[in-house]
Amino acid sequence: MAEIMFWEAVRRAHDEEMANDPLVICMGEDIGVVGGTYKATQGLYDKYGPERVMDTPISENGFTGLAIGASFLGVRPIVEIMSVNFAWLALDQIANSAAKVRYMSGGQLTSPVVIRSPGGTAHQLGAQHSARMEKIFMGIAGLRVVTPSSPRQAYGLIKSAVRCNDPVFINEHELMYNMKGEVPDKEYFHPLEGSEVVRQGRDVTLFGYNISVHWAKQAADVLAKDHGIEAEVIDLYALNPLDRAGIAASVSKTHRAVIVEEAEAPVGVGSEVMAIINEECFFELDAAPVRVSAVNIPIPYNHHLEKATIPNAKWVVQAVLKMFGKG
Amino acid sequence: MNAADKKRVLREMLYARRFEERCYEAYVERKIGGFLHLYPGQEACVHGVMEAARPGHDYVITGYRDHVHAIKCGADPKEVMAELYGKETGSSKGRGGSMHIFDVKHHFMGGYALVGGPFPLAAGMAKAIKMKGGDEIAICFLGDAANNQGTFHESLNMAALWKLPVLYVCENNLYGIGTRIDRSTAVIEQHKRVSGYNIAAAHEDGQDVEKVYAAAKIAVDHVRSGKGPYFLELMTYRYRGHSMSDSNAYRAKDEERMWSKRDPIIMLRDRLISAGAISMEEYERMDKEVLDDIELNVIKFSEESPEPSLSELTKYVLAENDPWVRGKKVS
Repeated sequence: MAEIMFWEAVRRAHDEEMANDPLVICMGEDIGVVGGTYKATQGLYDKYGPERVMDTPISENGFTGLAIGASFLGVRPIVEIMSVNFAWLALDQIANSAAKVRYMSGGQLTSPVVIRSPGGTAHQLGAQHSARMEKIFMGIAGLRVVTPSSPRQAYGLIKSAVRCNDPVFINEHELMYNMKGEVPDKEYFHPLEGSEVVRQGRDVTLFGYNISVHWAKQAADVLAKDHGIEAEVIDLYALNPLDRAGIAASVSKTHRAVIVEEAEAPVGVGSEVMAIINEECFFELDAAPVRVSAVNIPIPYNHHLEKATIPNAKWVVQAVLKMFGKG
Repeated sequence: MNAADKKRVLREMLYARRFEERCYEAYVERKIGGFLHLYPGQEACVHGVMEAARPGHDYVITGYRDHVHAIKCGADPKEVMAELYGKETGSSKGRGGSMHIFDVKHHFMGGYALVGGPFPLAAGMAKAIKMKGGDEIAICFLGDAANNQGTFHESLNMAALWKLPVLYVCENNLYGIGTRIDRSTAVIEQHKRVSGYNIAAAHEDGQDVEKVYAAAKIAVDHVRSGKGPYFLELMTYRYRGHSMSDSNAYRAKDEERMWSKRDPIIMLRDRLISAGAISMEEYERMDKEVLDDIELNVIKFSEESPEPSLSELTKYVLAENDPWVRGKKVS
């Protein structure tokens, strides 16, 4: 098992799927000749040519819609939306066409399109380049939403998403493309549903996804070492559908839950997980579940202000200690 | 079109007219719910274009005024009407409704209810055709008001850039819902708007099905021969309001009278009568046959068809039992 960078894992998935099926194409802004802002498609233009590795105009709704239309006829496009902030412009085609066409055609038509997009807050990119849009996508019926926290997941999720007959939105993170991690040498298809227990624990469950899994893991290490609290960490790599059974199983074991999300609290992953806990295992709880979320403001440019807006491992530790009456 | 074709097209347009009028009645009777956008007045557009194209072979997509387009592509009128009735036997199993008729087996790829939404979808279907090497083309029928959406410009740019086999047909009926074109659009002549994208374009009288056919033949040949996209503007008029909830009070009666003198069905009928290809009695008999067929077959089928089962409420949201959802390890 080789250790590779996140962007290399994304690139490998593209390469293998394009080699496997001539109807797999990829498209997006600067993905061809330039090789992608985060190198996710580096070298593929030379290998597969401009018909299959398409540099698009800056027309997010247009080229996303074009990919969806192509998918109606069996093409399997992997669309890269350069920054998730631009996906707001493509929401019409994603939500109205890709996600609904199966239902409103009575099952006649499906849109097996993959849309990948880096999101999250990076470094001082300001309010219009720091969106965390997972909460928007996960509320759309008919659209699968997954979000990798590691190179292994990024690789395996893209591969399964390309093969799956549903439209899949893959929420990546701008700060994670240079993260290293082990990826199986042999082909690997990650499940598009479920969750992963990344750390076993008995005292409290920390739910994270994408970058917040790492904050939760760091927090769990501190809690164990300094405070004798054994936290379980659950990676919610699938946001639609969410793993109701997995969430309930862990909370039924630890009886406490903290949801760690990079986005603002309202109408988000945290509120949804809390609702599921209420519905599935309310009487298992020993304490009210807590969210660790971003401050609910447009993301500021100033470094100190930005830092004060986005959660980190320390916030998670504090939330857990408070829950245990130690804060 | 030879004489037999013209007679067939006359019957088809008459069928479309009577079908839509019967929809109106069913809507008033509350058999049909939701929004209902009717096609009377515009029949020559889809019939002329599709006579020049290959229905059932070429991929067709349109907006919400979609019943007649589906039928012309080969959809069974019974299934279209049953869809309006919301029945399980409807083309979209009662899940779509009037604005979402689909008949994928006849390559009718659907009616979409966001104005301008089908522009990029059509370009994408054309991209797929090109990749797969088929001789089909993609045909997108939309109204003039859709051209004020961003998708129009984004799609024309990409279609021209990548030389995609897509024909955009603009059925210019002069109104975007209730707003007349000169009050919403800086350039009235829509075919001129595509010159910025270096796309071949033409405009034609959309009430004369023979003229539409002739113009569409050039357009279809252009696209099918690999010369890239084409934009065909057809000047037409809808007799009814935008939808059933539209009082239609915004149009001058003189304007309506003027267009009613250019009725596509009457024009073709009178021409065929003058040429001796059909008699008035024959036409009236044809009309009665059409009305009977709609009543005795189409409406009867829709009335008698079952409602969708509540147990299948959540079917068709996601693919059923897709193996890739569970992932796979290759050892």
